[in-house]
Amino acid sequence: MDNPTVSGSLRYRLGLTLIGGAAVLAVLLFFAVRSYAVQVAQQGQDNILVASVTSMLDAAAIRDNAVEVDIPYAAFSMLTTPADDRVFYAIFQDGTFLSGYRDLGYLGPDAGLENIFGFANVRGVLVRQVSASRTLIGANKRTEVQIVLAQTQDALSATLDQISRNAALLGVGFFALAAALSVWATAATMGQLDRLTTSVTRRGPQDLRPFKNSVPQEMAPLVQSLNSLMARLDQSLSQSEDFIAEAAHRVRTPLATVRSYAEATLQRVDKEENREAMRSMVKAIDESSRAAGQLLDHAMITFRADHLEREDINLVELVRDLVLRMTPIAEMKDLSLSVQGDGSVPYAGDAILLQNAVRNLVDNAMKYGPAESLIDITVRAEPHPHIMVIDRGPGFPSHEISTLTLRFKRGQNAENTIGSGLGLTIAKDVAFAHGGGIKLENTLKGGACVTLSLSS
Amino acid sequence: MKFLLVEDNHDLANAITSRMRLDGHVIDHADKISDASAFVATGEYDLILLDIMLPDGDGRAFLKQHRASDLDTPVIILTARSQVSDRIGSLDLGADDYVTKPFDHEELAARCRAVLRRKSGNAQTTIVLGDVVFDPVAGHLMVGHEAVTLRNRELRLLELFMNAPGQVFSKQKLADRLFSYDVDVSENAIEVYVGRLRKHLEGSDLRITTLRGLGYRLDRDG
Repeated sequence: MDNPTVSGSLRYRLGLTLIGGAAVLAVLLFFAVRSYAVQVAQQGQDNILVASVTSMLDAAAIRDNAVEVDIPYAAFSMLTTPADDRVFYAIFQDGTFLSGYRDLGYLGPDAGLENIFGFANVRGVLVRQVSASRTLIGANKRTEVQIVLAQTQDALSATLDQISRNAALLGVGFFALAAALSVWATAATMGQLDRLTTSVTRRGPQDLRPFKNSVPQEMAPLVQSLNSLMARLDQSLSQSEDFIAEAAHRVRTPLATVRSYAEATLQRVDKEENREAMRSMVKAIDESSRAAGQLLDHAMITFRADHLEREDINLVELVRDLVLRMTPIAEMKDLSLSVQGDGSVPYAGDAILLQNAVRNLVDNAMKYGPAESLIDITVRAEPHPHIMVIDRGPGFPSHEISTLTLRFKRGQNAENTIGSGLGLTIAKDVAFAHGGGIKLENTLKGGACVTLSLSS
Repeated sequence: MKFLLVEDNHDLANAITSRMRLDGHVIDHADKISDASAFVATGEYDLILLDIMLPDGDGRAFLKQHRASDLDTPVIILTARSQVSDRIGSLDLGADDYVTKPFDHEELAARCRAVLRRKSGNAQTTIVLGDVVFDPVAGHLMVGHEAVTLRNRELRLLELFMNAPGQVFSKQKLADRLFSYDVDVSENAIEVYVGRLRKHLEGSDLRITTLRGLGYRLDRDG
C-alpha cells in the first residue's frame, strides 16, 4: 500500500501556534505588570516627597526681613524607609542657594504651584528629586523660597525586584496554564479526526456503507467525499464480483465441454497415440481449472482474512459434512476417509474458510495416498482446537518441508499429479487468519501428516 | 436410469448426453427452465442435472419451485461458480450435491451413484446375466445365492463389462475409466482388478476372457 506523502502535522502546527501565542502573551503580561508596578511605586515615593517638601515650605516664614525655614521633624521622619534611604535637600531664595546640598539644582519655573519631579545624581547615587516653591509675603517684601528634596531609591528598587519576581511567576503560571489549554484544545480538535480515522480503520474490507456518524461542520466535506468514494468503490467491487462469476462461467463451461468431449472420444478411439493426446488434453484442462479454482479461493481467503465472519461452529460436524461430500471422489480411488473427533469441538471461526482449508488438505491426501489406503482425519479440542490429516502416501521430502507452504511451491514427488501448489498455502493462510498455524511432518510409517491448528 | 439434463450450452449438453448414454442411461435435455418444467411435469426422472445460469432465469429458482411442488427427484447442480458460499447456498435450497465445471465424468457418475444410493431410489437398476444379479447403484452383487462385497473400482469395472457383454475392452480403455487422469497407471493395475473380479465371479455363469494383445471380454457360459 502506498503511504501518503507527509508534510508537516496539523496537530504540531496547531499546538505550536497556540503555545507560541501563549508565550508571547506571557512575556507581554510580565512587562505590563512590571511597568505598572514601577509607575505605582514611583507615584508613592513622589507623593511622600511632595508631602515632605510641602511641610518644609509651610515651615518657611519671613522673620526680621530674613527667610527662616525651620524644618519640621515630621518632614524627614515621613521619608523613613526600611532600606534606610538617604535624603538630601537644598533651599534657595529667589534662585540663590541658602542651605543644603549644592549638588541639587532647582528645576522648574521661578514661581509655580506645580511640583517638578526629576532624577539627579548626588555623589554618584541616583536620586529622585522634587522641586517646589512658595511665595512669602513680608511687611513690604515678597520673596520666593524654593526647596529641592531628593531621596535615594534603595527601598523602591527592592520593592520593584519583589514585584518583578512575582510578575515573572505570574507570567510563567499563565504560560503553563495556557500551554496546557492549548494541548487540550489541540487534542480535542484532533480527536474528531482521530475518531473518524478509527471508524474508517475498524471497518472490514466489505463494509462500504456510508458514514452516518455526526462530524463537525468543517469535516463534513471530507466525510462527504469519502462516502462518495466508497459508493463508487462498492459499485465497482460488486461489478467485479459479477464479472468474476461471469468470467468463471464463460471459461469453465467451454472447458467442461472440451473435457466431456475428450473423455467421450477417449472411449471410442482405439489408436494409442490418439488416446494419449486425449489424455494429455484432459490432464491440461484439469490442471487449468484446478489452478483457476484455487486462485479464486486464494483471492477470497486473502479478502476475508482481514475480516473473518466468525460464527459458532462444531469443528467435528464441519469436517464430517465435508468428508461426506468428498467420499464419492475418495471411493473412486478406493480410498477410505475416516473422521475421529472428540464428539463436539466448538469453535468460533469462519466456516467457509475452515472448510476450504480442510478440503485442500484432504484433497492433497487423496492425491498422494495410494489406492485402497486409509486417510485419517482427526479433530481434537486439546491442547487447542486442531485438525490433523494423515495419509499413507510417500510423505513429504524431508528437505522441502519448510518451503512447501510457499505459494506455487510443489513437492518434487508431485510431478505426476495435478495441482497448482496453492493447497497448503490456502490452508496456512486460513490457519494464520484464525491465530493458528500449520505443521507438516511425516509419520513413522512414512505418510504425510498435516496439522492445522487454531487459536484456543 | 432416466436423467434430465438442464443445460443451455448445447455442446456441453451433447457431450454429457453422449457420455451418459455410453453408460447405458436415458437422457432428456432441456435448455431452459420452462422446458425443464415441462419435462418434469410429463415424465418421471431418477435424477436431474441442473445448470445454474440459464437463459430464462436462475437454475436455483427452478430448484426451489421443484422442491416446493413436493417432488423428491434428486438434483445435482452443475455450477461454473467456484465460490464456496454459492455452493452452500445451492445445498440449502435442496440440491443433493453439486459438481464444479469442468468436471470429471467419473466424478459426476460417482456423485450420481452416491445420491441415488442415499435416496434409495425406487427404480430397478439391477442387471441380470445368467445366475449373476448386479445392482451398480446400490453396489450389490449376487452370485448364485451368495452376496459379494465389491470395492468401488471393482464395481465400476464389473458395470462396464455387464453393460456390454461380449464386447472387447483394451487395458488402456479400462484404465481410463477406472483411474483419474492425474495419475499414471501401469497396465498391471488393470490386471490386478480383473484378477479380483474373476475371483468374485468364480463358480458363476460369467467369466472374463483374456484376448492376448486386445484386452478382455465378458462371456457367458452355455
